[in-house]
Amino acid sequence: MVAAMQVDAGTGLIEPRPRRGAALDVSGVSHAFELNGQLLSVLDRLSFHAEPGEFVALLGPSGCGKSTLLRLVAGLEPPCAGRLSMDGRVIEGPDPSRVVVFQDPTLYPWRTVWRNVALGLEARNLLRHRREAIDDALRLVGLAGFATAYPHQLSGGMAQRAALARALVNDPMLLILDEPFGQLDSLTRIAMQAELVSLWQRSSFTALLVTHDVEEALLLAGRVIVLSDRPAQIKAEVVNKQPYPRHRGDPQLVELRREVFAHLGLDDSW
Amino acid sequence: MTPSALSDWVNAPMAAFRLLSAPVSMSCIGGFAAAAAWLAAAWVTAVWPDRPDTDWSYTGKLAAIFEVCAVAVACVSLAGIRFEALRRLRRSAPWLLALALFLLFWEVGTAKYGLLPLPFFPPPQAILEVLIDDWARLSDSIFASLLLLAGGVALGGSVGFVVGVAIGWSRAVGYWVNPMLRFIGPLPATAWLPLAFFIFPSSHSASTFLIALATGFPVTVLTWSGIASVNTAYYDIARTLGARPSFLVLKVAIPAAMPHVFVGLFMGLGNSFAVLVVAEMLGVKSGLGWYLQWAQGWAAYANMYAALLIMAAVCSGLVTLLFRLRDRLLSWQRGLLRW
Repeated sequence: MVAAMQVDAGTGLIEPRPRRGAALDVSGVSHAFELNGQLLSVLDRLSFHAEPGEFVALLGPSGCGKSTLLRLVAGLEPPCAGRLSMDGRVIEGPDPSRVVVFQDPTLYPWRTVWRNVALGLEARNLLRHRREAIDDALRLVGLAGFATAYPHQLSGGMAQRAALARALVNDPMLLILDEPFGQLDSLTRIAMQAELVSLWQRSSFTALLVTHDVEEALLLAGRVIVLSDRPAQIKAEVVNKQPYPRHRGDPQLVELRREVFAHLGLDDSW
Repeated sequence: MTPSALSDWVNAPMAAFRLLSAPVSMSCIGGFAAAAAWLAAAWVTAVWPDRPDTDWSYTGKLAAIFEVCAVAVACVSLAGIRFEALRRLRRSAPWLLALALFLLFWEVGTAKYGLLPLPFFPPPQAILEVLIDDWARLSDSIFASLLLLAGGVALGGSVGFVVGVAIGWSRAVGYWVNPMLRFIGPLPATAWLPLAFFIFPSSHSASTFLIALATGFPVTVLTWSGIASVNTAYYDIARTLGARPSFLVLKVAIPAAMPHVFVGLFMGLGNSFAVLVVAEMLGVKSGLGWYLQWAQGWAAYANMYAALLIMAAVCSGLVTLLFRLRDRLLSWQRGLLRW
């Protein structure tokens, strides 16, 4: 966003202005799909709020409608009932201030990594003035040396990092993450989780993470919203005030994990 | 038997085999065998007199060409010992050998022995004679054919592409165009021939229309299927990043559909060759198809073979050109079909 950049009068250098996270309001949202002539309810009167700069995780079993909720937040689809708003403005369509990182990196295979990251700026005709922003974003995710590579030459983790850079280059106020590390191997996943937390700490955007991985939710988020099976309803909210970086073996985290598992109805079986 | 003795016993024949099949020795043997075959063809052509009842004036020239081939193959094989780059050519050595033997048997079977009946099976020197003496008319025909083909393929390809994108993108366009496409598209373009020659002011414009039709149908269908099969997540990504519909068409749908489009162009080009030749045989008074027809009228079979040879070279060259273009534009794809 051009508005996020300002020229420093003293040095004449362009400095990124401290960005601001957006507040997200979801109130009474219900959604349903038509499947083989039957109406399939996926979300049932869901309400929650995210403060500016907060890291919220939505945790729920597979197929509970988490991804649908993210599509509604992104503005890709309108909800059947209820209201979604960002900073008080109703979400009516996609907007580059809310960027999604999908489960699948879905880089465009015909574009180099650099041109994939440039996608958002190019779509809004901002590319000419902000070419350095792309180089910066690539450096941020550790892909500076792969600017001219094609997606098929990247590993799964590198592709997901490129997708992250493609999102971050737009200076989002709300970063929507749909199981972004679900397809990565466990080592890459751990590294990427740490990277995401440090990116979030530096950039102060609001992050909304959807995951079915309890540990991931507790490691990354300040607040975990536990969803029920389809149609998704909010079962519980678990607040995690522990400072970052967090450690998997931390006894407090283990205790929180037990609590979350109990909410998911798995207290005896693990 | 100790394990090491066993492995020696197994490895010795393998080593011998590897030595025999080593790249350098193979390239020499294959290359020189091919050169020898060409030399044999040259020698047979030059020394063995043609049948007394024939009068081929280009026998000497043919022998000279065979000789030049022999020397060239020998030189390349020799250079291949020293230069790594030329060694890749050793793959073609068996083909060069087979080609020389084929020409040798052809020469013997026609000019020397007369086993194959004339005028249907002229000797190689007769075709050489046509290529040299009738080159003016042949080159005119090539030019006329290429001109007609270029016009038709360009028209059909571009219209097909635009229509394909429109059907794939717009529901309304799809509703109206799709049934027409399904009904008329599978009709062979040549079936329109009598009507086209009657409707259009000139046979050239009629043929251009038919070639365009033959090219356009597969291009339309495959462009459409390419656009329709674009991963919808690509659109979601672009939309969340602030893309307008024009961006979605030009920068997302079309690039993603390009592999399909090239398959359509490949099929369309093949169709266009067929229509070109038929149109030239039946109406247009120029081009290689017309030359074929004309040669048949005079029972000039050597001319026919020469024209067929040129036609094969031109068509294969155009397809190669298309594949090169695709390889350039779609270098991002993996596992491309090689031509």
